[in-house]
Amino acid sequence: MRNLGFLLSLAAFAVLILAALLAPLIAPYLPSEPVHAPYAAPGDGGLLGADSLGRDMFSRILYGLRYTLGISLTVAVLAACAGVSLAFLAAFRRGWTDILLGRLVDAIMSVPQIIFALVVLAVAGVSLTTLILTMAVLEATLFYRVIRPVAADIVAMDYVEVARLRGEGLGWYLRREILPNAAPTLIAEFGIRIAYAVLFISGLSFLGVGVQPPAADLGGLVRENALAISVGQLSPLAPAACIALITLSVNGIVDWFIHKYSIRAELG
Amino acid sequence: MENTVLSIEGLCIDARAPILQDISLAVRAGEIFGVIGESGAGKSTLAMAMVGLLRAGCRRVAGKVTLSGQSLFDLSQPQLEQVRRRKVSYVAQSAAAAFNPFYRLGDQVTELAALELGTPAAERRKMAADLFRELQLPNPETFGARYPHQVSGGQLQRAMIAMALINNPDLIIFDEPTTALDVTTQLEVMRLIRKIVTARGCGAIYISHDLAVVAQLADRLMVLRHGKVIETGATRTLMETPQQDYTRALVANKTTTSPAVQARTAQPIIALRDFAAGYGGVSLVQDISLDLSAGHITCLVGESGSGKTTLARAIAGLVDVHGGTATFQGKPLVPRLEDRPRDARRRMQYIHQLPDLALNPRQTVREAIGRPLAFFAGVTGAAAEARLRQLMRDVELPEEFLDRYPGSLSGGQKQRICIARALAADPEVLICDEVTSALDPLVEESVIQLLLRLMQQRPLTLLFITHNLGLTRRFAHEVAVMQAGRIVEFAPAETIFAAPREAYTRTLLDATPVMERGWLEARL
Repeated sequence: MRNLGFLLSLAAFAVLILAALLAPLIAPYLPSEPVHAPYAAPGDGGLLGADSLGRDMFSRILYGLRYTLGISLTVAVLAACAGVSLAFLAAFRRGWTDILLGRLVDAIMSVPQIIFALVVLAVAGVSLTTLILTMAVLEATLFYRVIRPVAADIVAMDYVEVARLRGEGLGWYLRREILPNAAPTLIAEFGIRIAYAVLFISGLSFLGVGVQPPAADLGGLVRENALAISVGQLSPLAPAACIALITLSVNGIVDWFIHKYSIRAELG
Repeated sequence: MENTVLSIEGLCIDARAPILQDISLAVRAGEIFGVIGESGAGKSTLAMAMVGLLRAGCRRVAGKVTLSGQSLFDLSQPQLEQVRRRKVSYVAQSAAAAFNPFYRLGDQVTELAALELGTPAAERRKMAADLFRELQLPNPETFGARYPHQVSGGQLQRAMIAMALINNPDLIIFDEPTTALDVTTQLEVMRLIRKIVTARGCGAIYISHDLAVVAQLADRLMVLRHGKVIETGATRTLMETPQQDYTRALVANKTTTSPAVQARTAQPIIALRDFAAGYGGVSLVQDISLDLSAGHITCLVGESGSGKTTLARAIAGLVDVHGGTATFQGKPLVPRLEDRPRDARRRMQYIHQLPDLALNPRQTVREAIGRPLAFFAGVTGAAAEARLRQLMRDVELPEEFLDRYPGSLSGGQKQRICIARALAADPEVLICDEVTSALDPLVEESVIQLLLRLMQQRPLTLLFITHNLGLTRRFAHEVAVMQAGRIVEFAPAETIFAAPREAYTRTLLDATPVMERGWLEARL
């Protein structure tokens, strides 16, 4: 059962990634060209109908996927690198490094994520770079919060002391002693953060501070077409379903990893 | 037999594999029945079966457990619970884990009386005070008002025995009740157990891996291994004429003697004078003057909290040095580990107590042992591979283990890997911190033999921390006895054991159980 869920999730995620990568080849139309009648129903105008300007929804979703997946994966990777290395450093150095980093993270986390992002983007201006960096900083704090105690437990182990008695350098501690032992938590957390990044960028775009028109990610597509719901059109449901599919499939993959590692831990 | 309190007949318990096979025993009122076995022998499963409990995943395949005339596995759950409340008590290994830190000792000890009989508080206080008096706890009237963290480990263990007596049980199960205690405290608890069983006339099961302790207490003994009974009999018969090889190995007088190594140099390899060390501003060890003779085994003995480990860690550079001088081969020993040159770190290697924690679970044996080779000597590639294989032979492990992860090795094998890792640095001094205390007796013996062989092959000096005086007697050239952060006596082993100068040394020696008959009786 768990394996079935994992395989389905993996298949769904693979299809989504492929669709995003091959968007220019698969998409029947350019995402910005009005090719159908406005609000054309599915069938009359392309696979999933058209939006208010008569642009092909299917093509727009394929291109939207590129934004959503591209941004969230980039954010998750950047946040993991920053959050995890700082967490390792804090756990290993302790003292002032730990206190200062901890309070800085607290300060950032004390402001609700979405408000923090809105303020920063309002000041710095919305571009792909500012968007990714802002999200990466916010997600990095969450990585830090989860990984630091894990790393602190590992640092307290005698085998880390054995490395200290040898006189190993910082790089050895972080890469060879701490990282391999924190890996299960790290992998699980990484998957969860991808899912949250997808929701985050979709939320920002829905609020209008994410990817800017005429380009649109999945959240932006939901926003553009939100009004259509009231006239009985189902077009915003397709990008929303895509968002759900991404988060569900990532969760399915993560669950499997967690289960696999927890069994391993039991077996020693 | 009419006064049998517990009988087990043909008990078999399976999980995925058989855990207990065909166990039969009978315990009479007023006797202590000893169960001895190494870890994994099935001791705890047996103890739980005696109160009608099976751990999750375990299944009773056959057999019968009869306690006070009732067949436990035939009772309904409420009946079984009643038997447990009224007829039997259990004393666990770790009293610290068995008491709830948020409640006063008196309330916890008399909890059963309150639940079962609704005894009013005033009467319970009196019951508790009587029990505390019987167990010779200090200030029995007020002892019950204390919380678990406010009393010592030995007192807590005695409070747990008091709790076991509250229902005036027919049977008390002692599951390694003294394993976590120091020898002097262990002796007190052993005396009390003996007294109580005699005075109350109840039956007792005493489970342990320490044959010397069980042999002193038990009237009859059962030797358990891999879930099977190896041998059962009267303690005296079993100790004097063991029938099975395994029992013989357990009983055999340990024949290890320290290798006849002469000091290679007149100078001590490590010399401490008025040495003090500790954490923050607090010195945990002070006035330490100690010479480690090259090529000798110096044992550092003392009770927990006496500062043995702190002193060893200070020598290794892991603890702040607060004063005095320390020299290593005539040159000053740099206090802080981080300030020591790489070669100084190489020449002194530290082996930890628990190999489980000292080996990175995600590094293979090859990586673990190979690192010091690469780090200290820059040996890599084919040369390293040859050295690795040689080291594995030195610690008597198969070369195939190089590709294994620690998780798939036994405790003794892991400790051998730790020794090999220390040897890979080609050290002159090995600091061994209770390296065998987590191991079963026969495994411990084999690791000791290994260390002795290694010392004959290469110029090694051992600083060996232990609380095991029996081991020290057979093994040490010199012994330093520590108490409250100071060395109270430092002398050649023969002197310490034949004519101890200090009262504290004599107390320690006197409290160390030996297998000879009548030892406990002489101390009652």
